[in-house]
Amino acid sequence: MKPRQKRFMFIAVALAGVGLAVGLVLYSLRGNVNLYFTPTQVFNKEAPVGKSFRIGGLVEMGSIKRDQGGLTVNFVITDTVKSLPVVYTGILPDLFKEGKGVVARGTMEEGGLMRAEEVLAKHDENYMPPEALDAMNKAQAAKSVAASAPIAVPVVK
Amino acid sequence: MAINWFKYAAPATFYGLAGKLIPWLAVTSAILFAIGLYIGFAVAPVDAQQGEFYRIIFIHVPASILSMFLYMIMAGYAALGLIFNTRLSAMMASAIAPTGALFAFISLWTGALWGKPMWGVWWLWDARMTSELILLFLYLGFIALHASIDDPRRADRASALLAIVGSVNVPIIYFSVKWWNTLHQGSTIKFTGSSMHIAMQQAMFTMMAACWLYAMAVVFARVRTIILERERNTTWIGELSEVKQ
Repeated sequence: MKPRQKRFMFIAVALAGVGLAVGLVLYSLRGNVNLYFTPTQVFNKEAPVGKSFRIGGLVEMGSIKRDQGGLTVNFVITDTVKSLPVVYTGILPDLFKEGKGVVARGTMEEGGLMRAEEVLAKHDENYMPPEALDAMNKAQAAKSVAASAPIAVPVVK
Repeated sequence: MAINWFKYAAPATFYGLAGKLIPWLAVTSAILFAIGLYIGFAVAPVDAQQGEFYRIIFIHVPASILSMFLYMIMAGYAALGLIFNTRLSAMMASAIAPTGALFAFISLWTGALWGKPMWGVWWLWDARMTSELILLFLYLGFIALHASIDDPRRADRASALLAIVGSVNVPIIYFSVKWWNTLHQGSTIKFTGSSMHIAMQQAMFTMMAACWLYAMAVVFARVRTIILERERNTTWIGELSEVKQ
């Protein structure tokens, strides 16, 4: 082997070794690298008990309830399988909306309610003008009407 | 006809080539920046959810992508220099580092500016942001290590190893939003297409091209000064018209 082939082998083996080591470290730490737990994980008792942790998911449609004259908000975080009620007192970020992503940090209380100290909005990767969003929502509504029509027809008969 | 692929691997010939290319790269970059900013601010519509805030992506996304690409190119040059012992490769690697660090910093800075109004925090230790911060530290570490060793050839070898080992971080940044759950959203531009309005895309890709050309112009200018400094005792530099006078 020529010296430069030796050097190439050395670099290739070193890089593969470092890559493998980092990969194994990240694999074993994957629970710590994840920013939040999903409601399903909380129900499976994977989340820490009695300690502060983050929970992430979507704000359930129609679940936001604001206290009259206060800053306290009740809402439900869902991953479409399981849902968890959250209560938070404070100012919410602009992107906090029903049906959108959210990450809340707090502790679980008796009865499965999370008392959040911090609520963050999580944005998705879609960028579009308001008109396009409107058109998309209308198309989706039309589709769901069309989908429910065959079920409605036998009832009419 | 045999093409001599290695002609421009020699500092003496590359010095001249880079000097000729810089004005073209710089002017094209400036024009593309103007077009990109115009489309970004005047033509592209507001975003349905973020309003005007989303416009930060026109600098944030190109800067982030470049910070990762430039690192891979820097590590590639470092490896070439280590394996083939070519002089220019190591000079290119050390010329790229400051520009890469700049883009990594812009990426983190603009991300924080966007994060406060949109997410509600300037910074959070999620996988995407932490790995990008490590990338900035790798660039700074590369520069610092190179500067701390007096003999340039030894400095090249030591910092090349750091660059190569650090390249493990780049795929981690890219896939972090897939492998783990993070606050940072997933990739908008994917290999399978993008989930973005067309005018927004045009502005972003124009800005990306502008950033690429800027990076090339600045790196070439920097590598020319490195060549002059390191090869100052050679005859070809003594014969340069700009050195002679």
